[in-house]
Amino acid sequence: MSDPMRIRAQSQGGNAVVRVLMSHEMETGLRKDAAGKTVPAWHITEVTAMHNGKQVLAAEWGPAVAKNPFLQFTVKGAKAGDKIAISWKDNKGDTRTDEAVVT
Amino acid sequence: LAAWNGHAFEAKSVADVMKAFGAGAPAASNDVTLTAPDIAENGAVVPMGVATTLPNVKHMLILVEKNPSTLVAKFDTSDAVEPNFLTRAKMGQSSDVYAVAITNDGKAFFAKKEVKVTLGGCGG
Repeated sequence: MSDPMRIRAQSQGGNAVVRVLMSHEMETGLRKDAAGKTVPAWHITEVTAMHNGKQVLAAEWGPAVAKNPFLQFTVKGAKAGDKIAISWKDNKGDTRTDEAVVT
Repeated sequence: LAAWNGHAFEAKSVADVMKAFGAGAPAASNDVTLTAPDIAENGAVVPMGVATTLPNVKHMLILVEKNPSTLVAKFDTSDAVEPNFLTRAKMGQSSDVYAVAITNDGKAFFAKKEVKVTLGGCGG
């Protein structure tokens, strides 16, 4: 399993600004290792966000998203105490979900 | 989770990405905002954002024209989120960067900016 995401959700003017830092190599599949062999692609392909159990965002990512990806978005009408859950899935089928409470 | 649109991520040009999403040729628009630096000292981590004030937007995209795959990220908007997303991308070389908003009726609008990279992000 990969390391947990760091999620911060702060209420701001009736909305919640969500910042996520994921832990992932985001290997492009274009890089070669020291022996000259291509390092296979390994990157997050799908990201979803839930607000109190309801999906509010879906994203698809390619290998050009930077290593240890950062994502910031704003959930309308989310208030302190609400739950924000973020899930990702990578091209090897690995998944991870983490949750944070809006502060 | 939606199925990953591998086809769109294989596209090598802005026009091909638009085709993959069934959108027409994009039109420049002041209602789409791209946030990106003028110069990226490290192409491995370039902050980029896409935002729009247009109504009925379905997808928002970040594209780097000269990357091996043009499409960096696609965000599906909903009524519950602001059409404003920030992330960090890799850039292999200096390139035009596009922020694109695709509306429900398949029209595409963009903002673009040239970002100069002094150190590439593809490990080459």
